[in-house]
Amino acid sequence: MQKLTGLLLGAATLALAAPVLAEDSSDPIIIPTHNWSSQIVMSNVVGQMFEGMGNSVEYVSTDSQAVYEAIRLGDATLELEVWEGAFGKSFNAALEKGGIEDVATHQAITREDWWYPMWTKEACPGLPDWQALNDCAAKFATPETGEKGRFLGGPVDWLKHDAEKVDALGMNFTVVNAGSAAALWAEIAAAEKDKTPIVVFNWTPNFAEAVWPGEFVNFPAWEAGCDTDPAKGPIPDKTFDCGNPANGYLKIAAWDGMKDKWPKAYAALQKVNFTNAQIAEMAKLVDVDGMEPEDAAAEWMQANEAVWKPWTE
Amino acid sequence: MMTATLPPPPLRLDQKRIALAFLLAALVLVIFRPALPAGLIRLPEGLILPFADWINATFAFARDELGLMTVTRAFSDMVEACLDVTANLLYGKSRWPYVGPIPWAVIAATAGMAGYALGGARLALLAGGTFVWIAVMGQWKWAMETLSVIVVAVPFSVVFGLLMGTLAWRSRLAERILNPILNIAQSLPHFAYMIPVVVFIGVGPKAGAIVTIIFSVPPMIRMTLLGLRGVSPEIIESGKMSGTTRLQLMTRVRLPAARTEILIGVNQVIMQSLAMVVLASFIGMPGLGQKLLQLLQALKIGLSVEIGITIVLLAIVLDRMSKAWAVKQPEHATGPWLYRHRLLLIWLGLVALGFVLAWVHPYFSEVGRKQALSMAEPVDAAVGVLIEMISPVTDWLRWFLITWVLIPLRDAFLWLPTTAVLLALAGIGWRVGGLRSALVCLAFALPIALSGWWDRAMITVYTVFVSVALALILGVPLGLLGAVNEARSRRFLLVCDTFQTFPSFIYLIPVIMLFGVNDVAVIAAVVVFATVPIVRYTIEGLRGIPPEIVESAQMSGASPMQLLRHVKLPLAVPTLVVGANQSIMFSLFMVIIAAFIGTQDLGQEMQRALSSTDVGKGLVLGFAVAFMGLLADHLLLKWAHGRGVALRSS
Repeated sequence: MQKLTGLLLGAATLALAAPVLAEDSSDPIIIPTHNWSSQIVMSNVVGQMFEGMGNSVEYVSTDSQAVYEAIRLGDATLELEVWEGAFGKSFNAALEKGGIEDVATHQAITREDWWYPMWTKEACPGLPDWQALNDCAAKFATPETGEKGRFLGGPVDWLKHDAEKVDALGMNFTVVNAGSAAALWAEIAAAEKDKTPIVVFNWTPNFAEAVWPGEFVNFPAWEAGCDTDPAKGPIPDKTFDCGNPANGYLKIAAWDGMKDKWPKAYAALQKVNFTNAQIAEMAKLVDVDGMEPEDAAAEWMQANEAVWKPWTE
Repeated sequence: MMTATLPPPPLRLDQKRIALAFLLAALVLVIFRPALPAGLIRLPEGLILPFADWINATFAFARDELGLMTVTRAFSDMVEACLDVTANLLYGKSRWPYVGPIPWAVIAATAGMAGYALGGARLALLAGGTFVWIAVMGQWKWAMETLSVIVVAVPFSVVFGLLMGTLAWRSRLAERILNPILNIAQSLPHFAYMIPVVVFIGVGPKAGAIVTIIFSVPPMIRMTLLGLRGVSPEIIESGKMSGTTRLQLMTRVRLPAARTEILIGVNQVIMQSLAMVVLASFIGMPGLGQKLLQLLQALKIGLSVEIGITIVLLAIVLDRMSKAWAVKQPEHATGPWLYRHRLLLIWLGLVALGFVLAWVHPYFSEVGRKQALSMAEPVDAAVGVLIEMISPVTDWLRWFLITWVLIPLRDAFLWLPTTAVLLALAGIGWRVGGLRSALVCLAFALPIALSGWWDRAMITVYTVFVSVALALILGVPLGLLGAVNEARSRRFLLVCDTFQTFPSFIYLIPVIMLFGVNDVAVIAAVVVFATVPIVRYTIEGLRGIPPEIVESAQMSGASPMQLLRHVKLPLAVPTLVVGANQSIMFSLFMVIIAAFIGTQDLGQEMQRALSSTDVGKGLVLGFAVAFMGLLADHLLLKWAHGRGVALRSS
């Protein structure tokens, strides 16, 4: 029935007023979800917003790197969290191949770097300075790293150049790569039990900041070219002698057929814009308060109508 | 599998000598390693073949030039059309026929009745109870999302399996081609399948369904072939005498006569499909698996255990029901219509009742997450206490294993010259099965060396080696303990089943909390899986010994210890070897999944290949893992076969 009305409506608009006011297609807008909560809640918020505008929406869970290929082919319609650090490479590769476009940039900034939970500071009071961290490297030693401190990095395919950083800054650390984000959290949770000092790869916005208060390590500030030009950064003959950019982008991407197929939804999507605080709040509703993503989205929308209502107009 | 007749006795001495010569040559290479040219320690760069590029080129050709994409897309559209129907019926996705979702009370009643019809009151309780559990725990929607895919994937697999199995039975050539493909397919790690599926099908429920179909079809093919081959000539003769056409002979005589094997095949298909529930969610299968991964990502162990239990329960129910169906012989009931169709009528009544209940109160239609029961908190607390309690031991164990066992062993495996390993494998092969086996071993090992992934493969071998060794140390005594009497062995086997179907991802988190991100955690996770087949086959091996032999040994005055050492264990060895073989297979699968803890082996690269959808790399890595499994399989089974023959003749 729905489909039929959709067809009729479509036909009617085509016949009558196609160029003036294009109607959105009745096909569902496919929103991909990944395995971290802020992205799922945000997808549900935008999805429920589209539904409020009369669109039909479907969610599909996908790998967060493979999704750009799916968007390019139109199998998924949009992606609400394109992290500069984590997905910039896949996104740019897809942009080059065509079929996907850069719709908008959130106000939220992303940061990814070495991070420690607050209790670590008791063992190593000079933190967050990186030299102070290096001085207490022995406190982070584990059986597999011997004398050296252990830095627990993210999966290798996140390509974070931590080993290069350790080498460039002459740090007394060994990089051990965890295989998944869950492995990082499990290590922090285990360290929390007896307040073992730990330094891991972490990022913001993220639910972990709500569960375990902590800080990023202060490395020499990032400057453009620090990763390619040895002259940049404090060490004259090394690359990666600096921290990661402290203000990475968080973008929205969409299939380039979206603006023709769902023009109204596309117009709204261009206005979608979240801040760090809003994203952390969404993650908290699920990860700390234990709500289901769709309920969390509904709750957030009820409390923040002033934020998203204008986007639909 | 690969069965060659044992070489005639006179050759035996030579076989030993040649094998010894190979092993000595390998030993020489190891001893003089410091003096060896680099080209013998690792194959020189020039010999490394770009398999991945070749595979990618082939795939690109098939996709762009042959238009394979149109075929796969057409097939996936067909699957998607079926998925839309089940998705609408089971969880109310807005697709044709727009009638769903069916209330949970109706589905639970249906499951209960199906259980009753197949296996009586106990099965009815189990089946109905499982669906009630799913509903009251608030997992209904996720479970139905999962089932909506499985309900489509299983029939596809069964039909494909029947067709291919029949083809293999009809044509010797088809069987010859299919057999090695099936061998490799059954030892390829799951992730290796998924990458081509993402390229050709995309992501989403249909990709999940298709990967499930691909993964679950091989046992169906094998069982169909086995069944058709086992039909006795008399039955066929009598069919022919009744004047059947060829088609009738197939559908009315051969297939019904092979019913039991075919239904066991169906059972295998169902079990394999459930095994894919979590993994397939990496490429978009919705439901329980996807939810499980999300929950683990937020360290919600209690909630993920609840989902794990649901998956195990579903597996047990479907397993018991399909087995009951396999055993059940067709009945030809007599009596009035009402009597013959009583079960159908009761079912209809229950369905009507379910709909009425759902109409009266929405609770019977769907239990919301907020109304749901949960046992997450006690589970979380229990896991916390457990970790707290054993962490002093694990801290020491972690230190000891890493410093004194794992790091030295790992270095040793990596230190070995490639050429020495190849020679030693050829030697072992020759010892076990002569020239043929030596060649088989090299055919499996050489491509790994040529692929350029040797170091990573050695790390995988080292992990599997340590895990299986530990599994043997743990599993054999457990098996001995379990084999004491019938009732206990049944309990042990149930525990084995549960561990085997419980989603492995859930173990990863507590294991990391106990040991941290390192090899100890990886091995601990693998050992859980590797021990299961050892326990199972130890029990089955010991229970399978003919009672007369045990009795005669007792009569000749053997003490229980002597009985075990000199009679039972030697007789159980061939079965135990099959167990060890399975244990290696399970370890290889689990090592790949343990990449999510953090490893530096093939699994880690496989994970990267999946996230960059690199088909060539993924398949090369997959083949490397499959070849290791097949090599071990060949050696162990050959050896067990020889040993079984020797035991029987002595």
